[in-house]
Amino acid sequence: MDFASSEERTRPHPTEITSAKIVVAGGFGVGKTTLVGAVSEIEPLTTEAVMTVAGQGIDDASKVPEKGSTTVAMDFGRITMADDLILYLFGTPGQTRFWFMWDELIRGAVGAAVLVDTRRLTDAFAPLDYFENRHLPYLVAVNCFDGAPRYEPEEVREALAIPARVPLIMCDARHRDSVKTVLIGVVEHAMATLVTEQERATPVG
Amino acid sequence: MTQPHDPRGNLVRPYAVTRGRTEPIRDIPIEALLVASPAAVQEARFAGHDKYRMAVLCEPKAISLAELAAHTRLPLGVTRVLVADMVADGLLQLHSAAPKTGFTERMDLLGRVLGGLRKL
Repeated sequence: MDFASSEERTRPHPTEITSAKIVVAGGFGVGKTTLVGAVSEIEPLTTEAVMTVAGQGIDDASKVPEKGSTTVAMDFGRITMADDLILYLFGTPGQTRFWFMWDELIRGAVGAAVLVDTRRLTDAFAPLDYFENRHLPYLVAVNCFDGAPRYEPEEVREALAIPARVPLIMCDARHRDSVKTVLIGVVEHAMATLVTEQERATPVG
Repeated sequence: MTQPHDPRGNLVRPYAVTRGRTEPIRDIPIEALLVASPAAVQEARFAGHDKYRMAVLCEPKAISLAELAAHTRLPLGVTRVLVADMVADGLLQLHSAAPKTGFTERMDLLGRVLGGLRKL
């Protein structure tokens, strides 16, 4: 609605504002932040979580070299969709050892896109495996880097053993329209998944 | 203001601003939106430097826990403890705290997100 924007400044905060989030996962350097930046209304921001992992269950803390803490960084962007609806895009930490952080990120998410680089297909196994074992709709987005080997979508699907029910799309993480298509794909897949679940829960006939 | 890097790590210092507390009094999702209450900025002057900065950030528009952490350069866990306190003290209003659970509610939210993406 076009008239909404002109009133935005004078209008008080709506009584209830909702946020939604989509998670962008993938290996290190696969283009997650680039993808987020292509559609975000703000420069991607970084938030850090301090992990106090080591030390627990170890009797002598002096034996632990870097005692106690490590920092995990997550990049994210924001898209204001209406004055009462904001979409956040969160990139997962690239390193696989931070998977416990992924659990927090996917909680309450609409869905996820697993970004894949065809130059390093094997990096995609771990993230794909992660989502295969979580209850969250996801799709695979193959980031077509310049100079990267071009594969047909079905070749990538086969190489990564992606189940037929998981959508797979080719994309360019640098381009807004391409990223838009990926995100629309995530939401449509989430809706289809929800409808299927609902039908299963309430059989007709 | 940048602080020199401490090779021993930053285990202790981040949580010094929460006086050592690492658990928030309520859980707040990373994408939950926060809005400053009308008198929050004024009142937060007496709540300490970090809480005051957060009240100022949440005054013009709703921003998420993640944004508060990014802008204040505080770790997420520290931000969560402080924000949870501020919500309890009435300085910040928490939005979208409860995930949508019913089928119709969830479809409605997804439909709105889809519409928003198509308009981009």
